[in-house]
Formats: sequence, C-alpha cells, structure tokens
Amino acid sequence: MSTETSRIRVTDLSGVLRVEFVDKDILDEAAIRQISTELVKRVEAAASLRMLISFRGVEHLSSAALGTLITINSLTKKRGGQLRLSDIKPSIMEVFTITKLNKLFQIFETSEKALEGFGGK
Amino acid sequence: MKASAGNDIGGAGQMTSAPQPVAEGSVRLRENNKEIESIQLLIEGSLSQFGYPDAAMFAIRLSLEEAMMNGFRHGNLADPSKFVEVRWRIDSNSANFHVIDEGEGFDPEAVPDPTLDENLEIPSGRGLMLIRAYMSDARYHDPGNHLEMTFRKVAK
Repeated sequence: MSTETSRIRVTDLSGVLRVEFVDKDILDEAAIRQISTELVKRVEAAASLRMLISFRGVEHLSSAALGTLITINSLTKKRGGQLRLSDIKPSIMEVFTITKLNKLFQIFETSEKALEGFGGK
Repeated sequence: MKASAGNDIGGAGQMTSAPQPVAEGSVRLRENNKEIESIQLLIEGSLSQFGYPDAAMFAIRLSLEEAMMNGFRHGNLADPSKFVEVRWRIDSNSANFHVIDEGEGFDPEAVPDPTLDENLEIPSGRGLMLIRAYMSDARYHDPGNHLEMTFRKVAK
C-alpha cells in the first residue's frame, strides 16, 4: 500500500494547473479514489480553477476513472472554473466515444492546443 | 497457466482429431490489486500467444477489469471475505470468460443508459456498457451474478 505517494504530478503553468498521471494504468479503485481526493482538494482550494488533465503515457482507464473525471468536471464548473482534457491516445479516446463522454468534456489533441486560449489574460 | 487440449475426456488426453491448443484456467480472487494484476498479465500472455492483436488485448483487459470490479462492488457489496471467480478459455478463434460473484444478482436491463444526455453527468454505471461495446458477446446468467463474455478474434 503506497497511499502516501501521490499518483499525479501537478504543474502550475501560470494560471492553469496541469495534471499528469504517474501510472500508465488508471484502473484500481484505491488509486482512483486517491487521485479523486487529491483533485477535489485542488479544485476546492481555488475559485474558478482552470485545470488541464493530460493523459500522456496513460494506457488503460476504467469506468471508475471516468466517474472521477465526471465528478471533477462538475465540481470545477460549479465553482466557476473549467476543466480540459488532452493527450488521449486513440484506444482510450474510444472509451470516451463509446460512453459519449466526449460530449461532456472539452477534449484537445495536445496540451499545447488545450492551453491555447486557456491561459487567459 | 494450465494449458490443456480441447476434448480431453478424463483419459490421457488422446486426440481423435487434430489437436486444438487451448489455454484455460480459473481462479478465485479477493479484491487485491496485485492478484488482479497478475491474472490480467497471465491472460494477456495467453492472448498474445494465440496472436490476439493489441486492440483485442485492450478490449479484454478493460472488460475483465470492469467485470471484476462490478463483481466486487455491486455483487459482493465490497465484502472483503467474498470472492469473485474468473474462468477463462482461450484458443486461436475466441476468448471466453466467466466472472462470477457471491452476490444475489441483478437485472442488467434495469441499469439506466449512461449515454443519455440527462445521465451523462452521473459518475457511475458505465462498466457494463463498456463490456458490451468491447466484447463480441456478453450475457448474465440467472440470477445475475454470473457474467459470461466472449471475444471472437475474427468477427470483431
């Protein structure tokens, strides 16, 4: 049990919080719960947070992880912020398409594209 | 992995026709990530031996993960003393899996459609639909605690 080690890397890109994952598989519930707790804390710590979650290096994603993304998305919106997703490889993109969650999330091909017009003034 | 031949009827495994190699096995799991991971790897190894492409391995891994999680969560109600049994039979044409929990079962038709606009923001209920999308065939045996799913290499 490595509950102490963070499973995400967070970088502050002058106003946008970029989140990346340490693991290539985001499947097991304990890890997902931990990620969720960390992200909720981040969202609640700031008003109108702009967050970019990059899936670079992520190979597998379960429906429990999708659930966390939905929760974070709703919470961010409720607090006047915005969530964007990027760097999703085609096999994982299919998971978003099958579940129609590509309609719910703002998804960008790359972090660079997601940051355009997101960094704000 | 226990690799055995197709029509092995109790005897010494003598074949009457051309032998059809099969990889099969079964395991009873508690919710333990290391064990789950090692079963996934074992199955992945067999799939790769039988020439399943990456997309198939992705589909099967995800479906198994979702099926086991549903078993632990919704079937066994996260009771740590209860098991989920996984059985598999893989040959060069298809990969067949049974995932059986110790719960009372459920009516899969009663799960709301998570893709409807009004349900998109509900954070759960997508496991089964992913399984149905990725596997060639997925069905629950009565009373609903036993999921059987098959991936056909050719058809899909």
